Amino acid sequence: MSALLVSNLRKAFGGLRVTKDVNLNVAPGERRLIIGPNGAGKTTLFNLITGELTPDAGTIVLLGNDITRVPSRRRPHLGMARTYQIITLFPHDTIAHNVALALLGLSPLRWNPLIDMKRQGHIVELAQEALKRVGLDHIADRPLAQTSYGERRRVEIAMALAQNPKVLLLDEPFAGLSIDERRDVHQLLMAIPRDVTMVMIEHNMDVALEFAERITLLHFGEVIVEGTRAEVVDDPRTREVYLGH
Amino acid sequence: MSGTRAIALAVALVLLVTLPYWMSGVYYVNVASQILFYAIFALGLNIIAGYGGLVSLGHAGLFGIAAYATAYALQAGIGHPLAIIIALVVGLASMAIFAALSLRATGIGFIMITLALGQILWGLAYRWISLTNGDNGINIRVRPEPFGISLGSANAFYYLTLIVFLVALAAAAIFVRSPLGAALMGTRDQPRRMNALGYHVWAIRFWACMFSGLLTSIAGIMFVYYTQFISPQTLALTSSAEVLLMVISGGAGTLFGPIVGAALVVVVKNVVSAYIERWNFLLGAIFVAIVILMPEGLVPGSARLMRLARRRLGKSAGTPS
Repeated sequence: MSALLVSNLRKAFGGLRVTKDVNLNVAPGERRLIIGPNGAGKTTLFNLITGELTPDAGTIVLLGNDITRVPSRRRPHLGMARTYQIITLFPHDTIAHNVALALLGLSPLRWNPLIDMKRQGHIVELAQEALKRVGLDHIADRPLAQTSYGERRRVEIAMALAQNPKVLLLDEPFAGLSIDERRDVHQLLMAIPRDVTMVMIEHNMDVALEFAERITLLHFGEVIVEGTRAEVVDDPRTREVYLGH
Repeated sequence: MSGTRAIALAVALVLLVTLPYWMSGVYYVNVASQILFYAIFALGLNIIAGYGGLVSLGHAGLFGIAAYATAYALQAGIGHPLAIIIALVVGLASMAIFAALSLRATGIGFIMITLALGQILWGLAYRWISLTNGDNGINIRVRPEPFGISLGSANAFYYLTLIVFLVALAAAAIFVRSPLGAALMGTRDQPRRMNALGYHVWAIRFWACMFSGLLTSIAGIMFVYYTQFISPQTLALTSSAEVLLMVISGGAGTLFGPIVGAALVVVVKNVVSAYIERWNFLLGAIFVAIVILMPEGLVPGSARLMRLARRRLGKSAGTPS
């Protein structure tokens, strides 16, 4: 059974076809890299997989369940989490509160209007654990507005990991990071256990190629090359549309 | 809670409880009652406008519906307890309809839909004369007598309003500290992210609207028992704008901001207006000053200035001469 199976996925914005019969078969535990030039439809593909966009045709199967028509808000409950290319966090709150919100998203407690959120010991503990995984537990109580860009990237990843996903979609997790920050995030991603399947969009080939086991190259909304790291890098079409000569 | 904050709250509570003893004159005790029930109204609007980022310009319609429902039920010979329950049910049902229609949009769209719904209710109150008695309004003859205590006097009514206000304030405080309150603030700041985290953004906003509707209905019931009269003017757009100004001037998204805002508006309207003929001008000037000097509102703005002053004092104390 695939962790994520995308079949004949199509999406058009008016006359512009942004996803053209995309097929993607990601095995459990796999590290898949999705590459392509700007405008290739990579983030659109993520938005279709997470349900933020509705496909015109095709199916999306997550861990054996057809989720094509499942509302996007239900997908995290089925084992899918994502991070965003443009950091999307809660800047007025502390780092710990951001992670606590991620934890509550999957808990029935999120509907409770009577209990004090800060007194939920198990949520606080789990948030602290998730922050420890990304090395931010020592600044858990710091307001997000007082953190660096790299730390915010790690908060994004901590929020996704806090939800214990089976499939984690990472949209350019290295974007805008310094060399040191890139190294930290890379180590963090490499340390994620194999029970989490990861699909990553990334332009930074130095770190991304090290991460990927299989690579999918998108161009104008179409999969034009797919294979192992070596196969894709050696393919002349990859050099032509993406890597350059 | 910090020591200073706890002391300030304790002092405020003592002042409120002893108010009829140190405030001279029935008129001013009545003004205090008005401040309290308008504060409940503002707290209700603040739940969605301040914590949810959903600015409503139709809340006076809901406030008025609860008031009309109470008056109508009493006029039909129903007793006070049942009339209050009916008013709450009608208020909440109206809020549910309001929310179902207006939550199809956010931002300007939400404002416009709530404005339209509020105007529809005002129009009905004004024109459905067989039900509302039109411009002549509906009178209530007597106030209730809970546990045999007459609420006919200004002091007795003030104490009832104070109790209801404190319960409403406690309920709002519990709500904003709860997971649902945190989720509501999350939907205000990053709705897309909240959706991706597994939250039902629409439902969270809907329940927040219902809580807001509950506080608004309670305020409406207190209002009609206070004035013993309800007319379409209560539902007018100016009333919705007034309560929104209470929230914004005091500090939207803060617990005490709407209370300070309510006090400001009610005092200028009822007390200052006795001395200054053009009190509307003064109120406008105050709002402009708040927007320029403390755009976040009086309560958070004052807190910011105090922090700044403390920091400067600390620096000057540490600077060698």
